Amino acid sequence: MKKGKYPVAVILTISGYILAAVLNLLIPQFAHIKTKSYRLFIIMVDRNEFYRGILLLLAVAFFILGLISRKDEKSNGRYVKNAPLQFVLGCGLFLWDFLGTKTQIFVQPFFPGPAQILESFLQEGGFIFSNTLYSLRLYLFGFLLGAAFGIGTGILIGWFPKVYYWVHPVLHITGIIPAVAWMPFALTLIPTAFWATVFLIVICVWFPVASVTAQGIAGTPKVLFEAARTLGGNTAYQLFHVAIPNALPQIFSGLSTANAFAFTTLVMAEMMGQPGGLGYYINLAKVWSSYYKVFAAILIMAILFSVITEVLNQIQSRVLRWQKGLLKTEDEG
Amino acid sequence: MKDETILQLNHVDRVYEADGISVQALSDVNLKVKRGEFISFIGSSGCGKTTTLRLIAGLDQPQGGKIFLDGEEIKGTDPRRGYVFQQGALFNWLTVEDNIAAGLKARHVYQKNRHRIQEYIDMTGLSGFEKAYPHQISGGMAQRVAIARALINDPEILLLDEPMGALDSFTRANLQDQLLELQKKNNATMILVTHDVDEAIYLSDRIVIMTPRPGKIAQIIDVDIPKPRQRGGTEFLMLRRRLLEKFDLASADPQPEYTI
Repeated sequence: MKKGKYPVAVILTISGYILAAVLNLLIPQFAHIKTKSYRLFIIMVDRNEFYRGILLLLAVAFFILGLISRKDEKSNGRYVKNAPLQFVLGCGLFLWDFLGTKTQIFVQPFFPGPAQILESFLQEGGFIFSNTLYSLRLYLFGFLLGAAFGIGTGILIGWFPKVYYWVHPVLHITGIIPAVAWMPFALTLIPTAFWATVFLIVICVWFPVASVTAQGIAGTPKVLFEAARTLGGNTAYQLFHVAIPNALPQIFSGLSTANAFAFTTLVMAEMMGQPGGLGYYINLAKVWSSYYKVFAAILIMAILFSVITEVLNQIQSRVLRWQKGLLKTEDEG
Repeated sequence: MKDETILQLNHVDRVYEADGISVQALSDVNLKVKRGEFISFIGSSGCGKTTTLRLIAGLDQPQGGKIFLDGEEIKGTDPRRGYVFQQGALFNWLTVEDNIAAGLKARHVYQKNRHRIQEYIDMTGLSGFEKAYPHQISGGMAQRVAIARALINDPEILLLDEPMGALDSFTRANLQDQLLELQKKNNATMILVTHDVDEAIYLSDRIVIMTPRPGKIAQIIDVDIPKPRQRGGTEFLMLRRRLLEKFDLASADPQPEYTI
């Protein structure tokens, strides 16, 4: 890399956010609206100050990231590559702020600006947080139970031909039905709304995971079992040390498919009958036409689901590290 | 000790049924193998050499006849009969050292024997690749892992099913030398299935020639050339010619080529 290019990249990265913050400060609100101030820990802020604060926080964070990444060849290359993108992102935030909040050229109240969306957190951050936790709890119960059942039945189906014969057709048919179709039954048969939703998520995770797990187990090359037998491996060894490790790549691909299903089911179920959760919060906000709150919930979902997906990916690349270099993976390491 | 019979095949028959047609894969195969001996099975495809090896391993059962190891009838697989598969059949999710240790873990003797893993890694020339995964190493190394994996179980007999079939000729020659060294070190009995006449001559004490339809032993040839043998030495070439004639592959006289 050419000397002197890296500082330019750092400046480029943070300048978009700083620009957005400065313009937010300088450009006046076209319509004269008095902005309310809220207590944030020990200081009072209005939504624009809060928004600028977030922007500056982002700028500082990326500046520090720039300093940390400087030494490491790989992450510093990534940083330089992303610099133009970060800059355009900052400019985009400015444009959005200008069209959404400042001039209100966007149709209101449907398309609020970024400062308005952030105002939801000032107004009821605690409430949003508790709903986020509720969603997370629903997701964790549903996904983990569903994954456990799915991997369990998948192993049984893949290992025992008899089980395959009787259970696979059932799985095949029920697997096609979207889990939310069972909602009326779930809500009437299961006493609490929480467990009804967990049940729906379990269903939507169970079937895809079970069917790919079964494929992975059943598709284990015969020669590997023979190798295990000649090495002295009994049936348990062949199952736990040959078939299951061999099926792990498929199990993980099933889990990531199921993960996406689980998000959909979670939000839909919450919107249709939960006393909490981000879906519930969206519904609540919609009733009062508080679309900025809807966007706030969507923003949290984007963050929450990205984090969950990233955690799953990390576990996957850790467990399947033997595949590294075998399959083409986007940026190694 | 040298003349003690370790393996005995008595009137072994094997018939395969496929789509209603039965194929006599093996017919009345008789063989005695002495301890420490190196035997090669050669023959064209379908002559039953791999079938014989699988029967000895216990991966398959004969319909007629019996196979004995140390006077004990073979009923199924046993780590005392190590097997090296054509394509290695390594566990892709395990590192080189974990692949080699697989047999120890399968037999639940890992803790007692873990110190021996390094010994087998060194013996097969795999030092430095302990933590590599199978897809990161070459075909020749993968076969050496497969051999080490079988040998660490201290097999009384090592069965090798064309382990060098997919390797280039230099790697192959190298691995053949290592195999001989391993045999000397471990005083192991080895049975090799191969297509390669040179390989059979270079390695074997006796060569078993098999013919197809039905698969049976046509002839057993003693190789009396002292080891280490010279590839391309006079005796080597004479035996080679003799063997090729058996397969009608040697022309009576080399035809001179004329160019104008």
